[in-house]
Parts: sequence; structure tokens; C-alpha cells
Amino acid sequence: MKFKISRDALVPVASVLAALAIGAILIAAQGHSPLEVYKVLIVKGFQSTAGLQATLSKAGILIMSGLAITFGLRAGLFNIGAQGQVLSGALAFTYIGYRVHGLPIWIHLPFALLVGALFGALVGGFAGYLKATRGVHEVISTIMLNSIMAAVVDYLTQNQFRLKSQPNTRTPDILHSARLPHIFGFPTGFIVAVILAVVVGWIFRKSTVGFELDTVGKNRNAAWYAGISVKKSIVLGMLISGAIAGFTGGMFSAETTGYFVPAFYSGIGFDGITIALLGRANPIAIIPGAIFIGGMRSAQSAIQFQAGVSPDIINLLLALVLFFATAPLIAKMIKSNAKSITTTSGWGS
Amino acid sequence: MKRFNIKIWQLLLTIALLAIWIYSYIANTDITNSVVASGMRFGMPLALAAMVGIMCERSGVINIGIEGTMLLSGFTGFYIASWSKNIVVGLLVAILTGVLTSFVHAMMTIQWKMDQIIAGTIINILASGLTSFLYKEGSTIPNSWPIFDIPLLGRLPFIGHAFFTQQGPIQYLGLLLIPAIWVMMYKTRWGLRTRAVGENPGSADTAGVSVIKVRMINVMIGGAIGGLVGGFICLELVGSFSKEFTAGSGFTALALMIFGRWNPMGAFAAAILFGLAQALSTQLQIFGVTNIPNQFITMLPYVFTIVVLAVSAGKVRPPAAAGRSYEKEQA
Amino acid sequence: MEALLRIENLSKSFPGVKANDDISIDVNKGEIVALLGENGAGKSTLVKSVFGLVKPDSGTITIKGEVIEPGDTAAAIRHGIGMVHQHFQLVPVMSVVENIILGDEPHKGAFVTKKAAREEVIALSKRYSLDVDPDAIVEDLPVGIQQRIEILKALRKDIDLLILDEPSAVLTPHEIDELLEVIRKLAASGVGILFITHKLHEVMAVADRVVVLRNGKLVGTTSPKETDEEGLAQMMVGRNVVLSVEKGPARVKEVALEIRELSVKDDRRLDAVTHFSLEVHAGEILGIAGVEGNGQRELVEAICGMRHRENGSVRVSGKDSPDMDPRGVHLMGVSHIPEDREKDGLVSSYSIADNLTLNQFNLKPFADKGVRNFAARDEYADRLVKEFDIRTPSFQNSASSLSGGNKQKVVVARELTQNAHVIVASQPTRGVDVGSIEFIHKQLISARDGGAAVLLVSAELDEILSLSDRIAVMFGGKIVAIIDGQGADRQYIGRLMAGLSE
Repeated sequence: MKFKISRDALVPVASVLAALAIGAILIAAQGHSPLEVYKVLIVKGFQSTAGLQATLSKAGILIMSGLAITFGLRAGLFNIGAQGQVLSGALAFTYIGYRVHGLPIWIHLPFALLVGALFGALVGGFAGYLKATRGVHEVISTIMLNSIMAAVVDYLTQNQFRLKSQPNTRTPDILHSARLPHIFGFPTGFIVAVILAVVVGWIFRKSTVGFELDTVGKNRNAAWYAGISVKKSIVLGMLISGAIAGFTGGMFSAETTGYFVPAFYSGIGFDGITIALLGRANPIAIIPGAIFIGGMRSAQSAIQFQAGVSPDIINLLLALVLFFATAPLIAKMIKSNAKSITTTSGWGS
Repeated sequence: MKRFNIKIWQLLLTIALLAIWIYSYIANTDITNSVVASGMRFGMPLALAAMVGIMCERSGVINIGIEGTMLLSGFTGFYIASWSKNIVVGLLVAILTGVLTSFVHAMMTIQWKMDQIIAGTIINILASGLTSFLYKEGSTIPNSWPIFDIPLLGRLPFIGHAFFTQQGPIQYLGLLLIPAIWVMMYKTRWGLRTRAVGENPGSADTAGVSVIKVRMINVMIGGAIGGLVGGFICLELVGSFSKEFTAGSGFTALALMIFGRWNPMGAFAAAILFGLAQALSTQLQIFGVTNIPNQFITMLPYVFTIVVLAVSAGKVRPPAAAGRSYEKEQA
Repeated sequence: MEALLRIENLSKSFPGVKANDDISIDVNKGEIVALLGENGAGKSTLVKSVFGLVKPDSGTITIKGEVIEPGDTAAAIRHGIGMVHQHFQLVPVMSVVENIILGDEPHKGAFVTKKAAREEVIALSKRYSLDVDPDAIVEDLPVGIQQRIEILKALRKDIDLLILDEPSAVLTPHEIDELLEVIRKLAASGVGILFITHKLHEVMAVADRVVVLRNGKLVGTTSPKETDEEGLAQMMVGRNVVLSVEKGPARVKEVALEIRELSVKDDRRLDAVTHFSLEVHAGEILGIAGVEGNGQRELVEAICGMRHRENGSVRVSGKDSPDMDPRGVHLMGVSHIPEDREKDGLVSSYSIADNLTLNQFNLKPFADKGVRNFAARDEYADRLVKEFDIRTPSFQNSASSLSGGNKQKVVVARELTQNAHVIVASQPTRGVDVGSIEFIHKQLISARDGGAAVLLVSAELDEILSLSDRIAVMFGGKIVAIIDGQGADRQYIGRLMAGLSE
């Protein structure tokens, strides 16, 4: 998939500007100063070392969740409910992280991450299985699994996995042997995420499996004609997409949270959708968008304290960015020929 | 025609349910009536939301933005009602919001020919972003819609109490609206054209019917219904707006639409069945019959949705052109 | 006398092609004008402009002295133009009545008056003696009847001009005769007819005047009295064409493809192929003649492992081939030119190189241990582009940038360079220009001479007759006769295709 710089790259930039402009009107309408808010965003997100660290750390997580969505989109699957896979991966990781004692970090951490990925894959793969065998559209099944997983992790955190000595509902702390070390203060998760992006990029560029998934995503009939099992590809696509989402949940716990509370993870899967669509499902091209959104997310709480504006402004800004970047309004204005991205058409299996 | 071609197991299910209803009606009329009535209350918003899906998909547009449409119109409806101290104004604004939201959806899918799934997703994300940002706590509406009985119908034996008593006006309106949509779809010129556009837009185009116009109008009628549902939930059923109050019900509605084979009456039956299941589980919970953790009770509708789709999705035939933007054939 | 229809200086461009270039045509009352031209000559675009389905860039269309608003189908219908479309514009799940009344429904208020609609359709079908069951669901009807519905749709209003866009493509020879009779009757009653076709004998049989288009331009007007089929062909293509294919006698060897008692269902789970048995030998071309929709597609898909075989077996070179496993069947040496190249045969956003290796991308030398080898792919693509004369600046370009004929050459190149034992070619020249048709025919014959067993499925009887060593006629999912290709009788085959025995 080619991503022409020049005009096509202008589309996201122009979309961000348009979103900021509309956001400014809404902020002003609430009686706040938009400039103040945007200044906090930039200062907190991108200026200080601490701000940049937080941004890149968050960006790493968002690159990974963006990759989860991207992986599905390339196979013609819209894993809109990646959030549920993130949650199940995170809780599974946390459980292994606090429960299994006495392992060195180089075994404990990878093992816990693997289990996290496995649980994400189970949830995603189940949706893939339902689609391949029963014709259940993944958009509905993953959204439903989202709510189901939210209920399940809520139940487990309140009961079996609960740290009873604390008044609030949370799990015990993840052991140090399952925490992600920082290298010279640089967020390791970001490096892992970039490596993962390169790997996913390679899969779709060079491997036969990637070519099979891509072909299924672009023309299912031709894929079947060419000897590619469409059903197998659907299950595999959802399985890997879910695995990446579960891995993302694990990485976030290992690097940032340190223990599990469901609310910590809110928005990760949904931001992944925005990021994947902004980067037009190109594993490498999603990185700049993820850094941008990572900055906004890490400055989110500061906006409320310092500018007095509801932190939900970020959700609104991101929604506007996505709208402008995918609807052909701006693309037409600057005469970009970037094709809009498509998922599967219709409800058919 | 195809709609009489009901699968035998669906028929059996209906008969079984009727039998259970009659049995429990005889055994304990009061509890049965209240369960059925609360099933109606749970089911009606979903049934109406499924109508949004039917209006759109019968004309060939997949709308997964029902969720966002309801969220936005519930929001504007509630706050306008609170500000104007008038719930009628609130409801009208909710409907208008639904129309405007679906207009944006229609522009994206019909005019700009965007991927329909992505367009719906954008509507949902936009609605969630806007409502959560503009949300303010502490607003109230002057009153909810009054609850009343329908004079004669309410006294009908068996169904009267369950369907025609102790409900709000929008609930009753739904009972009129859904059959009206059925009549519109299968008996009128507009319905014939709508179905033709959803099955084979080329056939309508070559017969001088504007595909774009039929789709735009149907999607916007759908939006009006979506607005009605959003207003209904915030102004009648719950009486307040809360962030993300839709909680996936727009997607459940789509599943019910598929289960009901894109037929208004079918989707209505599916939604009532769904509502009954929910009412029943709530009753069991209240009376302490079960000690299932409440997380598993909240999970039920979602599990039910997946199960419903798993048994029906592969076997029903969606409108053939749903999901595809219409391109005139070239050369 | 004022012409009934007057097209003046009409031009229309699509991205990359000038479909119509300054075309002017008149059609008089009661006259049958045949619009002749190759695929891609611009015939369809022209008549779609007349009917308002395409908005021309410039030029005017006048009917009975009144100018029609461009790009407005409703206006065209109002002005008394009817059109029978090449691809049926019917709603498969609706009844005959609903399909015919769509767009101008008899009504009371907002409601369709079903009874009046039904009576109208019955009267209409009586008036033109085109028999249909008003209550039948369209998808349950055979194509011949579906076309009748299309014609009734067009005749429902009192029309002055009837446009027919390749109406004979899916009909049996007998049905075509009936259609031509209807056309003659209508013309006699004063309706002007504009009739698109690329079948020369139909033109000779029915047209008063012939207008020939080539590459979007009008190249000449003639009449059947002034010329013959060879002459028409020459006008159409712009050079001398050999209408027959040269081939030597077949050197038939052992059985390469053996189908036993095969039964297959269609997408709607109805029987499409029932207890079908056939043997194809190495070194021969066996042509399957038949009207489309008699199970050919399902047969081909079942042979190639793409569709479930309910019953029976398919053996390739003496070994059983796997069911529902296109890759497995392909690996046994079966090549497949699919009937719909856009749907099955190509991924249009992929490069020509990727499309040329679409079913071998995972095999050596194109991949090793799951890693693709682009150098090998490109070298192979470069060679095939030259050998098969695929007209493109580069094999890196996407398949969507190619013309129909060149797209088909990509599919043919891919399938015929794999030294297959069995070649299943389904509609191998559909929608392809005459030059490419000749080329593809030669390739199929040389594959036969190279020792492959070729199973040719085509709706074009001429193609079957000119290529096949043996002809199997298929009707209702069964073979009704197998005849020798040498000196096969067209009329006889036509009757068999229509399900008439002898």
C-alpha cells in the first residue's frame, strides 16, 4: 500500500487544523479561552522532557492498538470492539504479573505478555470464528463482546482478583519481574511498538500470509479462486488483531498502570480505530497520528486543572479530526487522490 | 412472498412463548401482566431503533450510527426540554437532531460514497465526543411524559393490561408507528421503490426513480425515528440524560433487525422477545430467586444479541444492495 | 420528414477514454437501426445517453422535434423512450407485476392498487403476446422469461422509440428468432428501434439500416442490402478479419479430466448440476454449449474446487481431486479462466505482476518458506507481459488501469503458462475486442496442441463451433448430447440448447 507524501499527507494535517478551529469555537462558547487550552496541550504534551516521555509512552500504547485495528482492516475486518480484547489481555497479564512469583524478569515479563496476547486473541478469534462459520458481522459481535468483557473483568476485579486490603476496587500490584523497565528514561513500550509496526508492515509487504490476508480484504472471491481459504483468513485476521490488542493491554499494565482497574484502560481500543483510519491502515503511517493523539491524551488531565475545560474536549477534537480526515471534504479541497479506506461491504459473511 | 416463508423453528418458538404466556397468565395474572408490560417498556426503544435500521437498509444503506443518532438526540432533547421547561419542545428538537445527524450520515454514505461502516462509526464517535464534552450535571426536566391507560383497549382481556395500560405516549405511538412502517414498506408506492432501490438500484434508476433521493429521504426518516427513540429514552423512560446512555443498544437493534429479517413486524417481535427476557431476568433478580452477580445480569442482553445473530445471521438474506453505494454503470 | 430520434454531435468522455466522439444519428418512425461495434466501441454509452442514464458532455438529443434534458431518465421515459437493458434491471426477489409497474405504479393516494396493476400486466402481456405469469417471483424464472419482462416494462408506456442493448446475449437461437419477430412487429406498428448488437447475422436478419461505431467514432452507415457479414466485420474492426479460426486436427490422448455423477447446487441451494458425467481427453478442446444459467457456472466452480460437490467425483489425470479446495485442485494441474474476471479473476488494486502470480504467489520461485521473492515475480511478469502482448507501460501498474481485453490477457497469461494438464476456460473472450479474441483463441489451440485437455464453456455459440473438437450441449444441469465438432449443425445445437429433443 503506497502512502504518497505531498498532497495525501496534507489531508491529516489539514484535518487537525479544521478540528482545532471547530474545537476553538466550542471552547469559546463555553466561556473559556481556546488559546489557553491549546497552549496547555502543546506544553504538556510536547514541550517538557517529562511531557514528551508521557506522550511517547502513551503513543507506544496507541501505536499498538492502532496496529490491532490495522491488522483487521487489511484483511477486510473491522475490529471495532478491540477495547474488550485490550481489557481481557490486561487483566490476564496482571494476574500472571502478580500471581506468579520467583521468575526472572526475562521469563516472567514475556510470559505474562504472551498470556495477555493469548486472551486478547481468544476474544478476537471468537468473533472471527462467529463470522467465518455463522456469518455474524464482527462489528456487532465485537461491540457485544466489549460489553461482555467489561462485565467479566469488573466481576473478577471485585471478587477473585481483588486486593482486599484496599478500600477501592483494584488488583494487587504487578511484581517488578513483570514490569517494563525504562531505558535511560526513554519509554521502552514505544520502541516495542515501533518494532511491532515494522513487523506488521513486513508481514503485509513480504510474507505470503500477509498477502493472503490482504487479498481476502480486497477481493474475497478472487482470494477463494486463487486458493486462499477465506474462512481461515477471517479467523486468523481476527485472532492476530485480538492478540495485538491483548498484548497492548498487557504492555500498558507493564509500563504504566502497575495494577488493574478497568477504568485505566478506557479509550485505548477506540483511539486505535481513529489512529488506524487516519493512517489508512498502513502500519508505518499510523505512527505520526499515534504520537499526536498520545500527546493529546497525556495532556488531557492537565487541561482540566490548568484551563478548567472538560477533558472530554479531547474526545471531541479526535472525533472531528477523524471526520475531516475520512470524509472527502478536505481531500477534495486540496485535490488529494488518496482513496478512502473500505472495510467489508454489507452484512454478508 | 418471502415474508410468509417463516422458518419452522421460529414458528415453534412463537408457539412455545405463547403457551408459556397463557399458562402463566392463568397461573398468576398480575405478575404475568407486569412482566409483559415491562418487557414492552424494555423492548419498545429497541424495536424503534431497529426501525431506523430497517428504513436505511431497505433502501440500501447500512447504518451502524444508530447509537450516535440516539445519543445526540437524547442529549439535545433533554437539555432543550430542561432549558425551555417544555418536554414537547424537547422531543421535537430530539427528532430534528436525529434528522440532522442522519443527514450527515446520508451525505457521507450516499453522496460521498464513503464506506458505510466507517461512516457510521464516525457518527458514533462524533456523537460521543460532542455529548460528553457539552454534558453538564444537575439539569432536570420539568416533568416526564404522563403515564396513562388507553380507555377501551386497556380493558381487553389477556393483552389489554400488558399493552395498553400504564405506558407513556411514545410507547403507544410506537405501537402505531411500527405497523405503519410495515404498511408503508409493503403496500405503498414509496415502499415498493424503497425496496427496489435496496435490492437493485439499477432497476429503480432505469425506471426513472432517483436512487439518491429515495435513499436520502429514507435515511432521514430513519434519523427522525432515531431522534424519537433518543428523546423517548431521556424524556420518558429514564427522565434524564447520562453519558453513553445508549450502551450498545444501537447495535443490539441492528441484530434484532437482522433476526427479524428486515421486516418491521419481525424486528418488533424480536425486540419484544428481547425485552421480555430482560424483564424476566430483572424480576428474578428483584425477588432474589437467583443470586447471580449483577455483572452477569447486565451481560445478558449482549450474550443474547450474539446468540440471536449466531442462529439467524447466516440464514437470512439482507437487501442485496445494502452497504454498496450506487454507481451508474459506465460505458 | 422529421426524424423520430435525432442525435446530434454527441460526445462523452470517461476518465481516460473518449467513449463517444461527435456522433450524429437519426432514427425514423418504424425503422430498425442496428448499432454495430466491438466491445468498447461506445454503443452502450450512446444509448444510455439517449435514455438519460449517462449525461453527455456535449451534443443534443431530440425526439419528435423536442430536445430532451440530458441525464434525466424520467424525462426520457416521459418523451416515449423505452429501453431493454443488457444486464437485466429487475429486482430478483419481487414479483413480475411489481417489477413491471416500478416507477409508475397504479395507485390510490400513496397506496399501490395491486389488482389494477395485475390486470394491467395481464392485458399488456396479451397485447404483445408475450406470455408471463404476473405473480411469479422474478428470480425463479428462466432468463428468456426475464427478458420478456424487461421488454414488457419498456412497452408498458406507449413508446415511440425502443432501445435494445445487446438483447440476444443470453438467449437461445430459437428465443432470438422470437425476439427478432417481436422487433419486426413493433417496427411495423410504427415504433422506431435502436438495436445494439455485435452479432452480424442478427443485423443481416432484421436491420433496415446499420450504423457502425469504432473507438467512439461513427465510421459508417450501410444496410444489409449493400453489404454482407464480412463487409460488416471489416467496418467494425477496421481491417480484414478472419471469421474462422485455423486449427489442425486434434491428436487425442488419454483421459485427463473425468467427471462422474457430479451434482452441484447453486447459491440458492437449488439443484444446478445433476448426475453429470463427462470425459475430456488430453489434446482436445471440448466445448460446452448452452444458454447461460443451465448449470455451467456451478459445474466449472465444482470442477475447480470452488463449490461444494454434493455428489460424484472429479478425477484429474486418474486421481481424485479434492472438494472445496481450489488450491488443491490447482496443484493437481488444473488451470481456470473464470467467467467473471473482475469478480474472481483479478484483484484490481493489485499490480499486474501480483495478478499474474495470483495463484502461485506461495510457490517456488515466487516464495520460499513463507517469504515472497519479488525479483522472481517481476522477472516472470516482465516475460508474460511481452509474450502475451499486455498493453501497459509497466507491470507495476494496477490491474484496474488496463482495458478489458488486456485484463483478460493477464488472466489468460497466468492460466496458460502453468503447463496445466487441464484447462477450464469459462467465457474466455467475454467483453474483449476482436484482436484479443483472435489472440486468446490461438493460445487455447496451442495449449491443446501442447497436450492439455481444454474444457471450454461459452455462451457464444460461434466460439464453441469454431474452437471445439467435440461439443457437449448442456441444458437444465445435464448434458443432452455430445456431438463431433467437425461440421456440427448450428440449428440442431440451437434446438438442443432450448431443451427440445430433435
